Amino acid sequence: MKLIIFAGPPTCGKTTVIRQVIRRMLKKGHKPAYLKIDVLYADEDKIIGAEFNIPARKLYSGELCPDHCNVVVMDEAVEWAEKSGSDFLFVETAGLCLRCSPYIENSLGVVVLEATSGMNLPYKIGPMLTLADIAVITKIDLISQAEREVFRYRVIEAAKEITVVESNALYGIGIDPIIRHIERSSEIEQPMFLRGNPPVGTCTICVGKKEIGAKNHFGVLRTLEHDLFYIGE
Amino acid sequence: MEIRTIGVMGGCGKTGEPEKVERFELKMGDIISIVGPTGCGKTTLINDIELFANRNTPSNRLVLINGEPISDDFTFDPRKHPIALISQHTNFLSDLPVGEFLKIHSKVRGGDNPERLIGETLEFANQLTGEAIIVTTGMTELSGGQTRSLLIADAVIIGNSPIILLDEIENAGIHRTKALELLKQYNKIFVFVTHDPHIALLSDFRIIMRNGSMEKLICTNQEERRVAGNLGKIDNLMLNFRGLIRSGQEISERMMTEQMEILNQTT
Repeated sequence: MKLIIFAGPPTCGKTTVIRQVIRRMLKKGHKPAYLKIDVLYADEDKIIGAEFNIPARKLYSGELCPDHCNVVVMDEAVEWAEKSGSDFLFVETAGLCLRCSPYIENSLGVVVLEATSGMNLPYKIGPMLTLADIAVITKIDLISQAEREVFRYRVIEAAKEITVVESNALYGIGIDPIIRHIERSSEIEQPMFLRGNPPVGTCTICVGKKEIGAKNHFGVLRTLEHDLFYIGE
Repeated sequence: MEIRTIGVMGGCGKTGEPEKVERFELKMGDIISIVGPTGCGKTTLINDIELFANRNTPSNRLVLINGEPISDDFTFDPRKHPIALISQHTNFLSDLPVGEFLKIHSKVRGGDNPERLIGETLEFANQLTGEAIIVTTGMTELSGGQTRSLLIADAVIIGNSPIILLDEIENAGIHRTKALELLKQYNKIFVFVTHDPHIALLSDFRIIMRNGSMEKLICTNQEERRVAGNLGKIDNLMLNFRGLIRSGQEISERMMTEQMEILNQTT
């Protein structure tokens, strides 16, 4: 199982990129599954499920922080994808928190950034960018080439090791390089661990427990199937 | 990699039928135009060139560099991207002052003397604009014409790209004959998407687009070149009137007669 985790600010074009990617993955004979984690509302699971006829589901984090939700359910989500016969699990995160990042070790972390979002965005979004493997810059047709070059430079300045892919996802332009990275990415290894260090805080994840799965945590939790519950004193 | 020629092999139009122009090739110093009604796919064609389309865009075209296709894996060092595309955008979205933006861009492009490059760029741009661009102005505050002028100057001087694609430079009210004159001093490939007959006839050849497809390729002949000269004079007449009106003068029939006389003397 390969795990591909997408993050990025709301409305940056994550879903559009994922749809193009899934379309090409299916043509190549891969078996993708799709999980959307969002806070209050999402219909991408229905759209993607109907469009490609692949296992697709969503999860509302509700009262939980969405990146936290991602950590506590991802072990079960991988199991769900395996059981449904998939070899790739695409996770689209809500992309809200600028202090944490949803990427897991041995997964492929993809951050999606809008070319139109201003030259300081790469410095503002922290680990969502710096811990990603690939930065996909979308909506490149909306800005001048000179601005694209400067934006790209700023992304690389903020995250030195990152691979930058420029894309006009609406027309499927710039998707092939993403596919190559996905195919080359490594298989997920159990037990899974969160990549990078979350900020100082009060929850189990915030204080540094990076093991994936609700069974490794306490406090307010949830599982893939069950809503919020509390474990602890 | 040194670029000597760039070629385009046809794909298909909006209906999926193969393009009638199967192939064209450009070498350094060539100026060509892409013409056709709005929505016929002119911008898509230059976008394909800019992206080094490898049968992987909706048009299914293939772009050749020095006669060879570019491998899927190959990407240019973005600092040395050989193609500059001046899109139809007439506003910047960058929240930076002009000087700061140009400084970063010349750094990205590996220019060794940013101060000199910025000076040259502004000098070039300000020959095309009505009112001069000031280095401390925010990029987003520039007018449409200033934005377009700065983009052209940036591509030629800071980008120093050997291939420059210009999408409808006649829009946005810049001095287009002056722009063409300045651009011709550089030994580069220029591709104009244009509705302007003067620019089209000053090109070495023009591609006629229809329904997403390259329909026809016409090389400019001697007679057309003479017509281009006359169109240039009519252009100048229009520019002279523009200048008079911009400077706040009232226009008289006598001015028109004078201008027509100048025009007739020279044709």
